[in-house]
Amino acid sequence: MDIKLQQVSYAYSQGTPFEKRALFDVNFEIPSHTYQAIIGHTGSGKSTILQHFNALLKPTTGIVQLGDRTVEAGKKAKDLKAVRQRVGIVFQFPEHQLFEETVLKDIMFGPMNFGVSATEAEARARELVRLVGLPENVLEKSPFDLSGGQMRRVAIAGVLAMEPEVIVLDEPTAGLDPRGQKEIMEMFYTLHQERNLTTILVTHSMEDAARYADNLIIMHEGKNVLSGTPREIFKDIETLKQFRLEPPRIVRFQQKVEKMINTSLAKVCLTEEELAIEMARLLREERAES
Amino acid sequence: MMEKMIFGRFLPGDSPVHKLDPRSKLVFVFAFIIIVFLANNTITYAMLLAFTLFIVLVSRIRLYFLINGLKPVLFLMAFTFLLHIFMTKEGDLLFHWKFISIYEGGVRQGIYISTRFLVLVFMTSILTLTTSPISITDGIEVLLNPLKKIKVPVHELALMMSISLRFIPTLMDETDKIMKAQMARGSDLSSGPIKDRIKAVVPLLVPLFVSAFKRAEDLATAMEVRGYRGGEGRTRYRQLKWDMGDTFALALLAAMAVLLFFYRS
Repeated sequence: MDIKLQQVSYAYSQGTPFEKRALFDVNFEIPSHTYQAIIGHTGSGKSTILQHFNALLKPTTGIVQLGDRTVEAGKKAKDLKAVRQRVGIVFQFPEHQLFEETVLKDIMFGPMNFGVSATEAEARARELVRLVGLPENVLEKSPFDLSGGQMRRVAIAGVLAMEPEVIVLDEPTAGLDPRGQKEIMEMFYTLHQERNLTTILVTHSMEDAARYADNLIIMHEGKNVLSGTPREIFKDIETLKQFRLEPPRIVRFQQKVEKMINTSLAKVCLTEEELAIEMARLLREERAES
Repeated sequence: MMEKMIFGRFLPGDSPVHKLDPRSKLVFVFAFIIIVFLANNTITYAMLLAFTLFIVLVSRIRLYFLINGLKPVLFLMAFTFLLHIFMTKEGDLLFHWKFISIYEGGVRQGIYISTRFLVLVFMTSILTLTTSPISITDGIEVLLNPLKKIKVPVHELALMMSISLRFIPTLMDETDKIMKAQMARGSDLSSGPIKDRIKAVVPLLVPLFVSAFKRAEDLATAMEVRGYRGGEGRTRYRQLKWDMGDTFALALLAAMAVLLFFYRS
């Protein structure tokens, strides 16, 4: 399911003195089965844009194309449920959406709203609980008895249980401990590959964007200003700084090393592993020369 | 949807109404609520309406904005209007069709009551729109101060009020957020049979209550940590100042009251 935004603008509280424009003529396309990261400084319009991906917000002007559905400014859109099943959103702090008596029921809430049978929903819940890294006995517990990190995992399972084709993640690891962050991000990446999903990650973390995304979309003051593969984007640090963004730590580290040894490595490395391999190669070559 | 609501919102500005002392505004609105009930004929209701529109004009709040933000109340108004039209059987018969009969008295009564409703809602909205919640509570606290003598916990009441006013927009935003999250999970609040819609409120209310309680607890802790010990011996950073304008506003209201008294039948 491709997502395409054409000239999309959005203003909150339109027509009141509180009116605040959040998006200005945003244009971009998200092809199916790609991993996109939308990054931007606080207040750049990231969270507003993600709500357009399943028609929770309707553009003030412009067109949002969601697969074969078109959501256009000024036109009534009916039957958005079908779209919402295909696009799952994990909101910031998704644990705030838990409400059921038991974890099992909460995970089943989404799929059952979309007409999945109770037995099927339960089967999905049992499978997902394991997938998000929780012991099976939490299913019968109240979600409010769990720790914050566990609640986050339950909420994520609740969205995954709808089996969406597109999954939108809004800062999914904010407030988790480093290990939990890594586990969750790895889980989404595995899912992305195994189930052939389209994943859209809205994040502050350049590290996550560099490690997982195929393509980055940079937002600045409500506009999409830059797009490209992580390697392209993180090559040009000066441009990034204009948008008040910093490249990932590992890229900055690489640059410092390059400056000290006065040689450039073959490519911009996006992860620790890549950089280690590149540096090892350089060292080996040097040793061979001497 | 939620973002359009204007209850309890404050709209900063520098109109003459904004500049009034909260005490005078509170007394003004309170007295106004009482004198509204003086009106009982067409002239007096017209006077009330004109007076209210005049205040709206002075406050420099766009009428369109007021009406738009008060839509839910306007709905209630329309409802009472209809109720009066169909239920009051006075005066000449205007219209008759099967079991529906509309009398002249009903229409008049409907218009009167709706006008009363409208001016009350407008006036109180202008109070909250032009006065920051903090000044409102400051004003209330000072006005109620005499009650301290009979052991009424005035400071605590004022604090409670300011906290609730402060958290209305926060809770609205929170509701909006949770609603969207549940909608993304396929919950449908806006269509389907009533029974389903009522059921769909549960996934909204439970998280809202949970977060409200959590917020309350956090707030209590934060206050305690910063050494809050109640109103005893607490001084004030914002001093209230009574101006000529305040006296003038109240005089204007008194004049209005006299006129109403004079013209009422």
